[in-house]
Amino acid sequence: MKQSILSHTFASGLVLLAEPMMSLESAAFTFLLPAGCALDPLDYAGLAEVTCELTLRGSGNRDSRQFIEELERLGVEHGQSVSTTHTSYSGAMLSRNLLPTLDVYADLLRRARFPKDQMEPARQVVLQELAAIEDEPGQKLMQELRKHHYPDPWGRTSHGTEAGLKKLSLTQIREHYARNYQPNGTILGVAGNFDWEVLKAHVSALFDDWKPHESQSIVAGGLPPRRAHIPHESNQTQIGIAFDSLAYNHPDYFQAWGAVGVLSGGMSSRLFTEVREKRGLCYSVHATMHSLRDRGSVLCYAGTSSARAQETLDVTLAELVRIAKGVRPDELTRLKARIKSSLIMQQESSISRSSSIARDLYYLDRVRTLDEISQLVDGLSCESINNYLAANPPREFTIVTLGPMPLEVHLGVS
Amino acid sequence: MEFREHTLANGLSIVAECNDEAHTTALGFFVQTGARDETESDAGVSHFLEHMMFKGTPTRTAEDVNREFDDMGAHYNAFTSEEHTVYYAAVLPEFQRAAVELWADVLRPSLRDEDFTTEKQVIIEEIKMYEDQPPYLADDKCRALHYGGHPLSHSVLGTVESIAALPVEAMRKYFERRYSPGNIALVGTGRVDFDGLVTAAEQICGAWKPVEAGRSAPPAPRAKSFHPVYKETSTLEYVLQFSNAPGATDEDRYAAKVLATVLGDDSGSRLYWALVDEGLAEQASLGHQDYQGAGLFMTYMACDPVLAQANLERIAELFAQVQREGITDAELAQAKSKINSRVVLASERPRGRLFNVGGNWIQRREYRTVRDDLERIDRLTRNDLMDVLARYPLSENTTLAIGPAQNLKAPG
Repeated sequence: MKQSILSHTFASGLVLLAEPMMSLESAAFTFLLPAGCALDPLDYAGLAEVTCELTLRGSGNRDSRQFIEELERLGVEHGQSVSTTHTSYSGAMLSRNLLPTLDVYADLLRRARFPKDQMEPARQVVLQELAAIEDEPGQKLMQELRKHHYPDPWGRTSHGTEAGLKKLSLTQIREHYARNYQPNGTILGVAGNFDWEVLKAHVSALFDDWKPHESQSIVAGGLPPRRAHIPHESNQTQIGIAFDSLAYNHPDYFQAWGAVGVLSGGMSSRLFTEVREKRGLCYSVHATMHSLRDRGSVLCYAGTSSARAQETLDVTLAELVRIAKGVRPDELTRLKARIKSSLIMQQESSISRSSSIARDLYYLDRVRTLDEISQLVDGLSCESINNYLAANPPREFTIVTLGPMPLEVHLGVS
Repeated sequence: MEFREHTLANGLSIVAECNDEAHTTALGFFVQTGARDETESDAGVSHFLEHMMFKGTPTRTAEDVNREFDDMGAHYNAFTSEEHTVYYAAVLPEFQRAAVELWADVLRPSLRDEDFTTEKQVIIEEIKMYEDQPPYLADDKCRALHYGGHPLSHSVLGTVESIAALPVEAMRKYFERRYSPGNIALVGTGRVDFDGLVTAAEQICGAWKPVEAGRSAPPAPRAKSFHPVYKETSTLEYVLQFSNAPGATDEDRYAAKVLATVLGDDSGSRLYWALVDEGLAEQASLGHQDYQGAGLFMTYMACDPVLAQANLERIAELFAQVQREGITDAELAQAKSKINSRVVLASERPRGRLFNVGGNWIQRREYRTVRDDLERIDRLTRNDLMDVLARYPLSENTTLAIGPAQNLKAPG
């Protein structure tokens, strides 16, 4: 795997990272801005999300319609999202349209217009998205699980609260934008087919005079209760389980990641085999690593008919506890095969690389090449994973359920 | 890029778009069978059978199947639609032979009684999961209402009752009837060793016995009706509208896709500007689906229930206006540029090309390059789109609304 990562830090603090993938016809970009919903004042939850929505509704000399039409003329597949830590904008397009697309986004990031007549429609969009989550039990459950596992604001969701959204004013939104859409802490990741010197000069011309500010610090609150049941009229009960693990930048991260891969990577994984294949308890069951900059967790999900929910919870918890006894060589071999092909498949996608390199920089302060990841994975052994598991067995579970009836937690001695 | 094709004596066809530049290989068995080939007594069997394929063969247990795919690091899955069942995997090129061997073995399953009983529970869980999620299986209900007694009225999932009542013998019979080699194409894209592919298929699938596996493809009936369904526990109101459209062998299908992009793409379309941008709906979109002998325009809208009636009127007016006045040159150009970019981006990965190459082959026995598709779309004019609307007016639709809104009426 030959791969090079180019990078340049501008005087404003903006970092440009780029990975050439010259066999592709496309290019992709990801902007990560330090404007996440963790900054939302408690009374105004939803501020970052509505701000993001409003940035799409006019910037520079384009109104909202001209903005969308320009992106479509350039053939940009675009998206944006707000996490606790960032607001991100990304797009993929034919490589010849990369630079004109960055022009459009420079306007959005620096010269959003926030027209008065767009405030209500933007608020309504976010209110309806918030309401839509009430109809998606699986999604709702995972949001509640994060809220119960992390101290606020790290478990937040960006859509905020109905009360917060209804109170927001355009003035607050303008202030949030002026303060947090700024170069200090902003990362631009680009991947695909491009000329590095031309790209660097272009980004410099667009952003050189962008004024940086101090970034805002966030103080986390206390830990929420670790058990909750949310009554919901439905056929199925949704089950969420979380436990502490490691952040992506921890030296032992890949040991923890390897153990989760054995639990839930591929159809031969333990959770899929024990919960779905052998017992037919549910259609969907999985566990994933979830990382913040200073902490990480394993988040686990299962959804099943209410009559079989207790058994599903019992079996799933038993598997989480059992993993502490160790993983087997054959399980590790399969995990390595999976990750090897995943790494090669990533090289076929400019959008997945542009966001990976940007996120790496945030979490690690540098980028891990696919080669380096490959070596880290090769370096895993059953002994190393099992030593980690022996010292850090899954425990102190946060358990949230959503459905007609609460469940009991049966945790044997592990 | 080279297209290769070969047919075995028993009728199994093997096609590939071979790209030596690719890093990976995508492979799929495309089976021409789905919900439309079912009867009332075996409703849901195609999809249930797709699950059962992973449950083992005379020489492999279910654990063996899952383990061997994971040994290769394969990204693999399967899906069932109204007219196809597709089993696919993306692998590193060195695993091409192993992946073909495994899929080919999997496609001659044991269908053991005890596995059937366990997997039945998983299928029922899947149906219950969708019953809890919007639009609460309303797409199945709208399909049944729109197509009446036509084979395309069948639900892919079936119902909890039809699955619970299904005997294993009915599945075995369905398998014998539908999984004939002449009804199956083995498709490869990306870095494919075509000669190796043919050799493997010959050795493993050459003995599969052909049977007659036809399908009736009558034209879709005309339909227009309105069905409000009250659902108190839902937060938003969900609206589906199905209307007839050009089918899989109709040259107008290209114009239909571009028309759907202009009117109902997720972003920058007429529905987007009228409803989503205004904050009147959480989602509003229009898509085109083509089947053998029939096609569908499908409108989907989710909104605050108090806005549902007014939004229904807005959609009806928007459709009436486009029927009267057509679309603009700027809209047509914008849709073409958007589709062009999407097609190129999707085709960069072998996995993206697989469904395109496989779909064209199984529907029409034709191979089309990315360029062929782009040029075909580029030639379309506003009149081509208007011709589609003249043949298939969007106002002639089956509407199903589900949610807490009360007293909803057909617009107009």
